[in-house]
Amino acid sequence: MNDNKELVAGTPKIKINVPVPLAFCQGCQHGSATRVIWDSLEDLGLEDRIIWVGGVTCGTVSAFISDVDAIGPVPHGRAPDIASAMRRLSDKETIIITYQGDGDAIAIGTESLIQAAARAERITVFMVNNVNYGTTGGQMAPTTLIGQKTTTSPTGRGTNKEGFPINAAELVAVLGGTAYSARGSLTSPANYNKTKKYVKKALQKQIDDIGFSFVEILSACPANWGMPPVECLKWIDNTLTKQYPLGEFKDLDALV
Amino acid sequence: MMDEVVFIDGNEAVGWGALAADCDAFFGYPITPQNNITEWFAKEYPKRGRAFVQTSSETASINWLYGGASVGKRVITSTSSPGWALMQETLSHMANTEVPCVIVLVQRGGPGQGTTRHAQMDYTSATKGGGNGGYKNIVLGPYSAQEAHDLVQVAFYLADKYINPVIVLSDGIIGTTLETVTLKKLEFEKLPEKDWALRGKGRQKDKKRRVLTSAQGLVPTPRNPSFVALQNTLFEKHSTMEREEIRYETYQLEDADLVLVAYGYSARVSMEAMSQARGIGLKVGMIRPVTLWPFPYQQVKEQAKKGNKILVVEDSLGQMLMDVKMACDDGTEIGLVSCLDRHEVMEGGAIYPEKVLDKIRAMME
Ligand SMILES: Cc1ncc(C[n+]2csc(CCOP(=O)(O)OP(=O)(O)O)c2C)c(N)n1
Ligand code: SF4
Repeated sequence: MNDNKELVAGTPKIKINVPVPLAFCQGCQHGSATRVIWDSLEDLGLEDRIIWVGGVTCGTVSAFISDVDAIGPVPHGRAPDIASAMRRLSDKETIIITYQGDGDAIAIGTESLIQAAARAERITVFMVNNVNYGTTGGQMAPTTLIGQKTTTSPTGRGTNKEGFPINAAELVAVLGGTAYSARGSLTSPANYNKTKKYVKKALQKQIDDIGFSFVEILSACPANWGMPPVECLKWIDNTLTKQYPLGEFKDLDALV
Repeated sequence: MMDEVVFIDGNEAVGWGALAADCDAFFGYPITPQNNITEWFAKEYPKRGRAFVQTSSETASINWLYGGASVGKRVITSTSSPGWALMQETLSHMANTEVPCVIVLVQRGGPGQGTTRHAQMDYTSATKGGGNGGYKNIVLGPYSAQEAHDLVQVAFYLADKYINPVIVLSDGIIGTTLETVTLKKLEFEKLPEKDWALRGKGRQKDKKRRVLTSAQGLVPTPRNPSFVALQNTLFEKHSTMEREEIRYETYQLEDADLVLVAYGYSARVSMEAMSQARGIGLKVGMIRPVTLWPFPYQQVKEQAKKGNKILVVEDSLGQMLMDVKMACDDGTEIGLVSCLDRHEVMEGGAIYPEKVLDKIRAMME
């Protein structure tokens, strides 16, 4: 099979139209990130027994346009706590996922994410990383690259005052409760398909009751990066992946 | 079967009350003076197949409640004052989403890290909606271990009835004082099934998805299609609670010239002062609000209208005092026994009956 030729087309059954007064900007990849999760849920046949926890991010809208049980936006950063409680109080067949931004997951939600991973919660966290705060207008995030200009790092992020970017997928992988951690991008059909493999694997870890699973998805934010969508994809491939390499950082069949 | 009589403190009474209410889970973080609530659940819940989790912070605790409530379970946490402060954001989210939970707040001295001992300094934040956005929640104030046990059960019922958080406002003295308690499952009206709860679309009776959101007002829901619709829903909910749920006890009001108003440990102290006052021929009565919100304004107002003097007793600089003032006309003589009247200046100090009696005499003689 040639991954590059396999196109992403059609509309997943999970997608529904609802009158939500929110939309993504043109070229925003929250749509594709949502799509890759939808496709995976459909492949695994999880639509009927999943609960989707939407964090505070532009991608919250996905909770509303997915034909599954959902809650969101939950308090900023706390989706893993909420998902953990659901996990403890639902039967094993129920699948619990969170959909979060990078600011949501690794700035204000650092405690929630790290503790859930350490506790080996059988939940799956998707962190869509666009290296800034999209919703609030493009401020600096913990993931913002050194030198990158944002509205709150107008001269570029410096290491002296603003500090260093956080590699969430690598960080989460270190924790004992993590069964799976990976980072993917959506810049080409090949990358899309690779990311989909990560997403499905992460969900499988939950289904198989192995441990905490995490997938970071690099995602374009043309509105705040100040680049046309196609340039954004090139920037992800050529620049962003230097700080945030793609691949799997942990993949266990049992916690040790 | 006889109900069991045990000798426990007001903190452990919370645990037995929650169990009697068939509460599914406790999520909490250690803080004095409520640690033995957390420890009670750690010991008693897992062996009964119920959930206990020690969370990583009070911010986490309240979000665990949010998650647990959303899947339709009965959930509780307990905390003390600094932890209470951390819970406000999510409490507000739960009020918007319309999900139930019970929070037990064992008050300690403040502000800030304050003391680790008793006080009554979180009345205002508990009764007036401590978080953003002007929501309301019922607040129940136990004055004994027995009442802590009973009111926790009432709290679960009211939380489910109104699909809204309920606060049990205890304090360090009620929480740590050992008393005899009759363990008894209280009976309540049957409530509708939680059809709104998340369980996975395929498990819903109609096979249709459920969506919960704390952005009601922005995101149109069937119940609240607009921002003003949400405000109307909340207004109706608050009004119904104010109409239906006011609870209080009165003592010796028939011939009273001075009426004490107190809750929690201050109410116990005030009852002792009342009987001492009666012993020297002073006609003193008392109103003990059991719901601190909704507050029994009418009952206080009636006493003020009769021309009776009012003496508020609370271990703060005067928070419930504001509600009492709202209930009274300008002409009413209102006194206050406050934390400034504690019997000793260090953190172990408390309001003693003698101080209350002094104030009664000063106002009456
Ligand atoms: C407690 C709280 N603080 C701040 C905000 C405002 N806020 C909304 S979204 C957001 C940042 C989200 O950024 P990220 O998680 O990276 O997601 P993105 O919007 O980029 O997809 C912030 C700070 C909030 N809603 N709640
Ligand atoms: S601001 Fe960025 S993340 Fe948000 S919708 Fe627009 S492009 Fe997407």
